[in-house]
Amino acid sequence: MRDLHPRLLVVACVLGAILALALVAGCAKPQPPPLTGMPPPPSAGQPPAPEGEPIKIGAIFSVTGPGAPLGEPEALTAKMVQDDVNKAGGINGRPLEIIIEDDHTEEADAVLAAKKLIEQDEVCAIVGPTMSGTSLAILDGCEKAEVPLFACAASAKITTPVKKWVFSSAQTDVLAVARIVVYLKEQDIKKVAIICDSNAFGQSGAEQLKLQLAEAGIEIVDEEKFATKDTDMTAQLTKIKAKAPEAVICWGTNPGPAVIAKNMKSLGMQAQCINSHGIANKTFIDLAGDAAEGVILPCGKLLVADALPDDDPQKAVLLEFREKYEAHSGKPANTFAGHAYDSLQIVINAIEEAGEDRAAIRDAIEATQEHVGTGGIFNLSADDHNGLTEQGFTIVKIENGTWVELD
Amino acid sequence: MFSERKLELLGFVVAALIVAALPLVTRSNYLLSIGVFIGLYSMVAIGLGLLMGYAGQVSLGHAAFYGLGAYGSAILTLHYGWNAWLAIVVAAFATALVAYLIGMPTLKLHGHYLAMATLGFGIIVRILFNEGGNLTGGPSGLPAIADLNIGSFVFDNDLRIYCLVWPLVLLQVVLSRNLLRSRLGRALRAIHDSEIAARSCAINTGRHKLMVFVLSAIYASVAGSLYAHWVNFVNPHPFGFVFSIELVVMVVVGGGATLWGPVIGAAALTVIDQLLVQLGHVFAPAKDMDVVLFGVIVVLVLLFLPQGLARGLRRKGVARDGA
Repeated sequence: MRDLHPRLLVVACVLGAILALALVAGCAKPQPPPLTGMPPPPSAGQPPAPEGEPIKIGAIFSVTGPGAPLGEPEALTAKMVQDDVNKAGGINGRPLEIIIEDDHTEEADAVLAAKKLIEQDEVCAIVGPTMSGTSLAILDGCEKAEVPLFACAASAKITTPVKKWVFSSAQTDVLAVARIVVYLKEQDIKKVAIICDSNAFGQSGAEQLKLQLAEAGIEIVDEEKFATKDTDMTAQLTKIKAKAPEAVICWGTNPGPAVIAKNMKSLGMQAQCINSHGIANKTFIDLAGDAAEGVILPCGKLLVADALPDDDPQKAVLLEFREKYEAHSGKPANTFAGHAYDSLQIVINAIEEAGEDRAAIRDAIEATQEHVGTGGIFNLSADDHNGLTEQGFTIVKIENGTWVELD
Repeated sequence: MFSERKLELLGFVVAALIVAALPLVTRSNYLLSIGVFIGLYSMVAIGLGLLMGYAGQVSLGHAAFYGLGAYGSAILTLHYGWNAWLAIVVAAFATALVAYLIGMPTLKLHGHYLAMATLGFGIIVRILFNEGGNLTGGPSGLPAIADLNIGSFVFDNDLRIYCLVWPLVLLQVVLSRNLLRSRLGRALRAIHDSEIAARSCAINTGRHKLMVFVLSAIYASVAGSLYAHWVNFVNPHPFGFVFSIELVVMVVVGGGATLWGPVIGAAALTVIDQLLVQLGHVFAPAKDMDVVLFGVIVVLVLLFLPQGLARGLRRKGVARDGA
């Protein structure tokens, strides 16, 4: 027994340290604010509270892990939608239950989460996952189980070729590039250089840029790469500068593009700096500072909702979503929350129309026409399970630290 | 109470019964899929257990061998239209060759050079998967990998994959047992106890370690191929350094130098991971705590059951029976 004491001491120390760590982690990570506690007392004109067995929708989001900045807003959105639907009387008088699974941004966990939702919870459709990798990992499982899946990730591989049971609500890079090509043609720009991140997002963008620019007859004079966390891109940009393009198209996610904007400024490059929707957030402006001024990018209309003309069909939906989300979560709305919102709305509409049968829901989703969402206007069909066009994007310019619509 | 031989047989029968029981008590694809993951991880862990438990070497790159098997199968079947079974075998051979080339120089040296070499190797393989262009599908991976089939019988659901993976795991256990009873096995045990003594008995320690290392790479490669044909998709993310570490943890927790230790370790970690996911519904940061929890488990196992769960628990049982 005596020789056990030092061991116990070690164990106690380890456990104590872990407890301390857990406390620190718990404090550092702000918890989402408590959901609106008591429902307001029913008054005249309010719909009756939903009754009966809940209608279950599954959701798989990367609430933890590297995908958390995207997945957490999506999970908050799902809770918000559930509250809203139930306050408004549920789906056809029955309560809605959205079961949220966290895939930890891991493919294996996503596979298991999908099977749990399908088999244990018997959901009638699944929304998510957040990331392209996790989405692609569960596609075949959903196809085989014949469960409608409405992904929130942007990889074009999710919906091309079209799979019977799989849809996606995110604006793909195909459309973002298409919108840039429209802009380049308007500006009569004929010579560009591209510089792309070496991650999935950047390389997928590079592929699309090469394809679509060639189709449009725009010459790519130079093609460079960088890594997301590189701290200096002067070497690549000096090469580009020597080729004198009219515009430099940078495809990546922060912080790389901010470094490029700064380097371009210090090199005194005159070429127009065009970026992707990957930097459509305040972080880029904060990182690039002065150098962000004049940068042009395509982005979903959520960022510039206030500035949209009143006849824009999305304006009302965008303002409503933003207001609801910010009231619910206390955080600024973002594009990813919008993807989850669009997916859920379309699935809920389909359930209202078709009931709980998975096949009927799938057919109803595929028949969705003119659905005005945050990411654009969805026109789904048997050949197009994304249903968006480049019209969901708008071209903005950064001026005085904010986005100004160009059109 | 039992002789060593009877105990072994009993253990095998009990394990086979547990494996056979799961599909009988549940048809839930969720539970069966957890079973498949445990089986796949066991396949890798059994090889790694031989390496760690008997050859006394640690590999920090087994996720890469698992990945080579997965990508090998995916590339050969998707890009070159090969038969899936042939692809599994060829991928395993290629992986064995790679392991041989890494092990040949490093295993001749004393100390943990293999751990360093495999650590670097794992990172290089991950980069190759990421930067492989159309061949590997880059960071977003290769979708639409075909199911395995025998004639018109297609392994297209979780039950069928389960029934393919687990007999292989049981076969591996039998092979390991026979291996350890063979001349090679005796040599390995001698190396494990004292490398100098083994060498003075004219045992070529480097060569024996190399054989075990290559064998463990083949096991990992086959498991990776089965993963690819089951999930029908590969991307670089699951084959990174974190998974290599998890495999080492499985072996340490279960016990490397035992027949069932790696399987028990794989099962324990997979089940704990899923419990954490479910705990996450009521306590949000639970899933973020997995690394911490696994760390605690390793520390506790090393303190109280330094030879792993399998042997440690048996020892205690035997001691109690004896008393």
